[in-house]
Amino acid sequence: MVAEVKSAMLTAQIRKELLGAGAPSFVLDVSMEVSAGITILFGPSGAGKSTLLDCIAGLARPDTGRIALGGEVLFDSARGIELPPQERRVAYVFQTLALFPHLSVEENVAYGLNALTEQDRRHRVREILSAFRVEKLCKHKPGEISGGEKQRIALARSLVTEPRVLLLDEPLTGLDAELKSAIVDDLRAWNAAKRIPILYVTHSREEVDALGERVIALENGRVMSSGAPMDVLGAPRRKRLAQAAGFENLLAGTVLDLREADGVMRVRLGETASELEVPLGFASAGDRVRLAIRAGDVLLANVQPRGLSARNVLEGQIASLEQRGTMIIARVDCGVSFVAHVTPGAVRALELTAGRKVWLVLKTHSCHLVE
Amino acid sequence: MDALLLSFKLAACVSAILMIVGMPVAYWLAYSNWRGKFLVESVVALPLVLPPTVLGFYALVAMGPRGPLGKLWIALFGHGLAFTFAGLVFASVLYSFPFAVQPLVVSFESVDRKLLHASAVLGAGSLRTFWRVILPLSLPGAVTAVVLSFAHTLGEFGVVLMVGGNLAGVTRTVSIDIYDHVQSLEYGAANRMALVLMAISFGVLGLVYAVNRRVWTPWSPK
Repeated sequence: MVAEVKSAMLTAQIRKELLGAGAPSFVLDVSMEVSAGITILFGPSGAGKSTLLDCIAGLARPDTGRIALGGEVLFDSARGIELPPQERRVAYVFQTLALFPHLSVEENVAYGLNALTEQDRRHRVREILSAFRVEKLCKHKPGEISGGEKQRIALARSLVTEPRVLLLDEPLTGLDAELKSAIVDDLRAWNAAKRIPILYVTHSREEVDALGERVIALENGRVMSSGAPMDVLGAPRRKRLAQAAGFENLLAGTVLDLREADGVMRVRLGETASELEVPLGFASAGDRVRLAIRAGDVLLANVQPRGLSARNVLEGQIASLEQRGTMIIARVDCGVSFVAHVTPGAVRALELTAGRKVWLVLKTHSCHLVE
Repeated sequence: MDALLLSFKLAACVSAILMIVGMPVAYWLAYSNWRGKFLVESVVALPLVLPPTVLGFYALVAMGPRGPLGKLWIALFGHGLAFTFAGLVFASVLYSFPFAVQPLVVSFESVDRKLLHASAVLGAGSLRTFWRVILPLSLPGAVTAVVLSFAHTLGEFGVVLMVGGNLAGVTRTVSIDIYDHVQSLEYGAANRMALVLMAISFGVLGLVYAVNRRVWTPWSPK
């Protein structure tokens, strides 16, 4: 087996109905193209991400559709083609990692290299284990090593087979940030060298920001949007996706009027008198809408600010301050409750305490309209 | 002592054959999605509930000179199958079948499906997955299967009586021998044999339970 130099694009148009016990039936209906590099598959749990990966790997069979890798068809319901998983050369790192508990680390990694001679196999295993900095663990069983080491070894076991596609189903959940970023660096280095399509399922914004070249947002079995991470996750169109993408503030409101010349519209928040100016969306006066605002985009001031380009200034009162790591979560009551993230230094400088009167400042373009 | 040796020989043959025949059947029972699977499961479990005489009776009919198996055997070897050691092995395999298959099915089913998926995406076909993943992880189940079918064959009586009769050195197993001794009021000899059989059975069951409690395992626990 020699590494293929050119990498093929993965295309999938599939439909699969899942009949859950008792639950309403769920339909996965996806059409997508994944080119070389890391594509993040993002979405709330139950969106169908794992089922989609299972279909690509050949572990689940779509009802209809076609999956191809460049010119090679892996699955085509119309032509009756279905390659078994062992012939697809699609590597898959499961969330549970699925290391073989009875085999040593070395034997686990060598598992997919059956076609090589003993000598080549040993060489390749040693090479990848040292690339992932776990060569010392060769003889250990998976039960004897740490979570981060297991994750590295599961990655190494998949990558050593020189796959044509790599599927990663939340492979880094449960790791601390430092370890995570070390593994992410390893993966990024490997990706730079090999350039194959990589589909990476995650809930974590940090992983998206660290890895993602493109994002496909999946919700309820359908692709909601795809593109650069900022375009997809910066302005989510759906409520659940907004929550998953880390928009702490989701506010209901009513459109007051549209100012098309300025590209904005005014929205009244809930039943309060507070108004926000937000980017013009597909809505008309009187419509009920929902706004998503990141807590990190909310500014606080302890005097009424003047001379700002930001169009939205709301008066309110601090309801609570809560330290979370090196960040402080401030809840501000402006008739509706806002969450703002501030630094401990800002809290000291502004002498913020619970009950204190403050002004919230929001840029128009920090307010995103969601369906 | 002849009877004891014969019983051991019979039990060893039967457990060996059951491993070879039972593995594919257990594999199919563990992984098939066929809707009619319950029918096969019931057939496999039949020897558990049937009186050995019923099983022995049909085995005898099948192996008789006019039965399908008997005819085949005569054509191949020139003599009948009933009242021979080979006939005894055949009937015992049927009789101990569930004791070998059921522990295998249970342990195959308990292997994490994700490991089988991992094996497949790493390029292994089902045969390689079986040898490298399923079987090693089912080792306690396989040991249980061997030991139970061995012990069960050692202790069988009704089937042997039906298809084997009581030919010294050919079909007179230890349980038949004990029966003989009792019939001729030789309680001392019967007691010695019975004690030996009891000790062996206890040892064997102790082994099975030790394996299943993971008193020892071939790999380190998680």
